[in-house]
Amino acid sequence: MAVGKSIIRKEAWDKVTGRAKYTNDFKEQGMLHASLVTSPYAHARILSLEARRALAAPGVHAVVTGEGLPLTGEDMRDRPPIAVDKVRYYGEVVAVVVADTLAQAEQAARLVRVVYEPLPAVGSPREALKEGAPLLHEHLDRYEKNKTTHPEPGTNVAHRTKIRKGNIEQGFAESDVIVETSVSFAPSDHIAMETRCATAEIWPDGTIHISASSQSPFMIKKLLHTYFGEETGKVIVHTPLVGGAYGGKAPVQLELLAYLASKAVGGRKVSVWNSREHDMVTSPVHIGLEATVKIGATKEGLFKAMEILFLFDGGAYSDKAIDVSRAAAVDCTGPYHVENVFCDSLCVYTNRPYATPFRSFGHCEQAFAVERAIDELARTLQLDPWEVRRKNAIRPGHTTPTQVRLTKSNVGNISACLDRLRELMRWDEWQRVEVDAYTVRAKGISSGWKTSTIDTDASSGVILTFNSDGSVNVISGVVEIGTGTKTVLAQIVAERLKMDVDCVHVKMDIDTQTTPEHWKTVASRGTFMAGRAALAAADDAIRQLKDIAACVLRASPDDLEVGFGRVFLRDDPAIFLPIKDIAYGYKFPNGNAIGGQVIGRGRYILRHLTPLDPETGAGKPGPEWGVCAEGVEIEFNRRDYTYRIVKAYAVIDAGKVLNPKAALGQAMGAMSMGLSFSSREGFLFDNEQRVLNPQLRTYRPIRFGEHPEYIVEFVETPQIDAPYGARGIGEHGLIGMPAALANALSLAAGVPLNELPLVPELIWRTQKGDSYGSV
Amino acid sequence: MEETTKRELVLHVNGERRSIVTRQAETLLFVLRDGLGLTGAKPGCLNGDCGACTVLVDGTPIKSCMMLAIETVGKEITSIEGLDDAPIQHAFVRHFAFQCGYCTPGFIMNAHALIERHPNADEATIQEWLESNICRCTSYQEIEAAVKEVLEAKKAKPTDP
Ligand code: FES
Ligand code: FES
Repeated sequence: MAVGKSIIRKEAWDKVTGRAKYTNDFKEQGMLHASLVTSPYAHARILSLEARRALAAPGVHAVVTGEGLPLTGEDMRDRPPIAVDKVRYYGEVVAVVVADTLAQAEQAARLVRVVYEPLPAVGSPREALKEGAPLLHEHLDRYEKNKTTHPEPGTNVAHRTKIRKGNIEQGFAESDVIVETSVSFAPSDHIAMETRCATAEIWPDGTIHISASSQSPFMIKKLLHTYFGEETGKVIVHTPLVGGAYGGKAPVQLELLAYLASKAVGGRKVSVWNSREHDMVTSPVHIGLEATVKIGATKEGLFKAMEILFLFDGGAYSDKAIDVSRAAAVDCTGPYHVENVFCDSLCVYTNRPYATPFRSFGHCEQAFAVERAIDELARTLQLDPWEVRRKNAIRPGHTTPTQVRLTKSNVGNISACLDRLRELMRWDEWQRVEVDAYTVRAKGISSGWKTSTIDTDASSGVILTFNSDGSVNVISGVVEIGTGTKTVLAQIVAERLKMDVDCVHVKMDIDTQTTPEHWKTVASRGTFMAGRAALAAADDAIRQLKDIAACVLRASPDDLEVGFGRVFLRDDPAIFLPIKDIAYGYKFPNGNAIGGQVIGRGRYILRHLTPLDPETGAGKPGPEWGVCAEGVEIEFNRRDYTYRIVKAYAVIDAGKVLNPKAALGQAMGAMSMGLSFSSREGFLFDNEQRVLNPQLRTYRPIRFGEHPEYIVEFVETPQIDAPYGARGIGEHGLIGMPAALANALSLAAGVPLNELPLVPELIWRTQKGDSYGSV
Repeated sequence: MEETTKRELVLHVNGERRSIVTRQAETLLFVLRDGLGLTGAKPGCLNGDCGACTVLVDGTPIKSCMMLAIETVGKEITSIEGLDDAPIQHAFVRHFAFQCGYCTPGFIMNAHALIERHPNADEATIQEWLESNICRCTSYQEIEAAVKEVLEAKKAKPTDP
C-alpha cells in the first residue's frame, strides 16, 4: 500500500513555500544575541583577556569566559567549552559576548582584548607522532573518559583501536606480491547550508529550554546533566527542521555556549548563531587522514593479508573523532574476505579544528585508502581491478575484521552489486580511451560497506495517537534533517495499519519533553530503529482497537482485522466499526462508553552489540553491514590537467526500497557530497595551522552544472529483522566516490593519485614530481 | 550604529506596502527576516556565495544579503512567500528537488526568475543562472529535472504570459 511507493515528503509544501522553519527562524522580542570571540592562533597560551571595553559597549549584557567551567567531551572530557589558559586550534572560542542585537554583540566582540603567546603548532598526524612534537594535552592521563577510550599519555594519541585477526606474518608469507600504498587528506567541512544555531533560556523554576539545530536533541539533555549537574528532567530541547547536518550537527557545542550565556544574563533567552566562517572552523569539521595500506595477495589476486595504519587527524579535541577512528577500524578491509588482518587506527591530536562524524562515519576515508591500494595491487598483477574485487567479495559465512560471522541477513550482497555495476558501466568495453591528442576518458570503481558503530544500548521510541477522524499522528524522536525518515515512518505505519498514508500525520519538530527518545539521528539507523518502534506502536494500537471493537461487535479480538479505516470481522467484512468511532473509545447509544483514546506505544533497542576487545578488536559493533559498488567516469585533459566528471554510478544493497524516489535522492545526494569532497574540498592551512579558506568563496563545494550524470540502482537483499527488510542507505552513496574518482584519474593520468582533493594542480604536481610515468 | 542611524523605510514586499524602522546599514535579508517576519529567505553565508537568501527585486534575482534594504525603496520585492502556486514549486515537489529544504527558497526564486526571463534558456543559460546557488543535499540532477520540466511545459504553451 504505502511501502515501496515514492510518497512525497510530508513537509514538502512547507519547504517550497518558505513556511518551513529552522532554529534561527524563531525570533522573539527581547531575545539576546551572542557573538563568539575566537582565537587567531592555532596553538597559543592565553596570557590575558580584557573584556572591560566590550562590557561597556552599547547593548552589551555579559561577556562569558572559560574560567571554572568543567571539561566536556562525549568519550573523553578534554575540551573546555570556552578556552582557558591555552587555545589549541584556529577559531577556538575564547569568549562569548551577549548583547541586545547581533550587530551590537559583534561590535563588542571586537573590543575584547586577548594577549596570546604563540606556541609551535602541530600540523598533521604524522607530525604529531614525531619524537619531540609539541603536546596538545599535557594532562591526557587526568581526563575523565569512558571504558572504551584508550589515550596514550605523554603523546598526541587520543585513542588507538587495534584489530588483530588471523596471523598477519603468515598471511604475508603466503603472498606472492605485497603492495603498499599511502594516502592522505586534510580536514574539510560538512557545509550544511543552515549554519548551526542554538538558543537557551532558563526559567525561574529552573527548567532549561534549549532550541537547537541538532541531530542529538536527547544527548543535549544528558550532557547538560553530565557537565553541569542539571537534572535531565528539567532540560527541554526543541529541534525544528534542520537545514542539513551530515554528521556535523551530532556533536554538542553551541548548545553549551547558549546555556552558559543565558546563565550569565539571569536566564534570559540567548541565541548563538554561527556565521559561515565560524561554522566552518570553530564548530567541528570533517576528519583528515594519513593512512598506509599493505596488501598481500596471490598471483591470482586473492587477498592473503591486510595491514592497515590509519592516522586520523582528530584536531584539537577528541569529541566524536575517537568514534570515527574506531568505525574505520572495524570495517578496515572493506567488503572483502581477508583472513589475516592487522590494523591500528589512531585518533591523533593536532592543532586543527576538531573533527566529528561526517556522512559515512569513517568509511569513505577507509575506502579511499584501501580501494586505492587494491587498484595498485591490480595494476602490479596486471589484473582487472573489477575481477580482483569480485574475487575477494565477502559473503555470508565469512567473518568481519572484528570477527563477527556474517549471515544472509546481516550483510548485503556485494557480489550482486559488483556484477550489476559492471553491466551498468559497460566495464568490459573500455576502461581508458584516448579520445584525441589531449583528451582521455577513464573509469574507476570502488566497493564499500558500512555498519553503524553506535552505542550498544541505543534505543528508539514511537508514539501513535489517533485523531477523532480516525487519522493517526506519528511522534518519533528522529530529527528531520532532510533524509525524509519521518515520511518513511508514516509509510511504515500506514502499511501496518493498512490505511492511506495521507491519513498518517507526522510531528516534525522534536520536543524532548513530549517526544519519545531516539538516541541520535545518525548512522543511517533512523529507518531501522524508529521503523521497528513504529511497527511495535502500530501493533499496540491495533491491539487496542481490536479490544474495543471486540466488545462492541461481540466477537473475539482474534477474529478481527484492522484496515481501510475500519475494524472488521475477518470472515465477514460487512460487519465492522469505523476507526473514527472507536479511536477515542466507543460510546454506546445509551451514553455508556468504553476504551478512551487509542495510544500506540513502541520501542526498539539494538541487541547483542558489544564493545571491542582492546587487544584484538573482537566484538560486534553494529547490527548489519550494508554494501555498495560504485564507479566514476571522467574526461581528463592532459594539457591543462583539468577534468570533467561525466558519470557517477552506484549500486547499493538497500535491503528493500521503501520510497524509491527518496532513496534515489539519498544516494545521489551522498554521491554528490563524496565527489565534491574528493574533487575540490579541503581546508588550506598555513605553516601556523591557520585556516586560509573558511568561506564558501575560497572553499568551493560542487555547484549546479558541475554535476555529472548520476546512475543509481538498488539490489534488495532483505535484512530479516529490519522493517520490511530495509537497510540503511543514507550514506553508502558517498563511501565509494573518493576512491572511484581517484582510481579513474590515476588511470587517466598514469600516476597514482593518493591525495585529496583531486584538484588539477595535484595531478600536475604528482606527474611532474614523479618518475613513475609520463603522458 | 545607535538609534540615530535608524530610519523608517517603506518597502513593497509581495504586493503589500510594509513600513519598518531599521538601521540604515541593514541588509534586505535581515529586514525581511527580522523586521517583517518573512523567514523564507535564508542566511547561508552573508557573503554572496551561496544564494540561500535569493529574492526578486523588480523581477531580478538578488542575493538579499548583499543588498541594503534602503536600496530597495520604490522597488518591487518578491520573496518565496509571495510566490503563488508557481509551476516551479510543483516541479520541485514532483522531482524531489530538495531534502533539508534550506537552500530551496533561494533556488526556487532564482529558477522562477530564470523561467520568466528566459523561457527558451539553453543549457549554458540554465547553468549560468543556477550555479549561483549551493545545494548540499541533492545532487542537482533533481533540480535540473524540475527546471527543465517547467521550461518544456512553457514552450509547449507559448500563449502563457
Ligand atoms: S546568504 Fe546571501 S548569498 Fe549566502
Ligand atoms: S535541500 Fe538541503 S541544501 Fe538543498
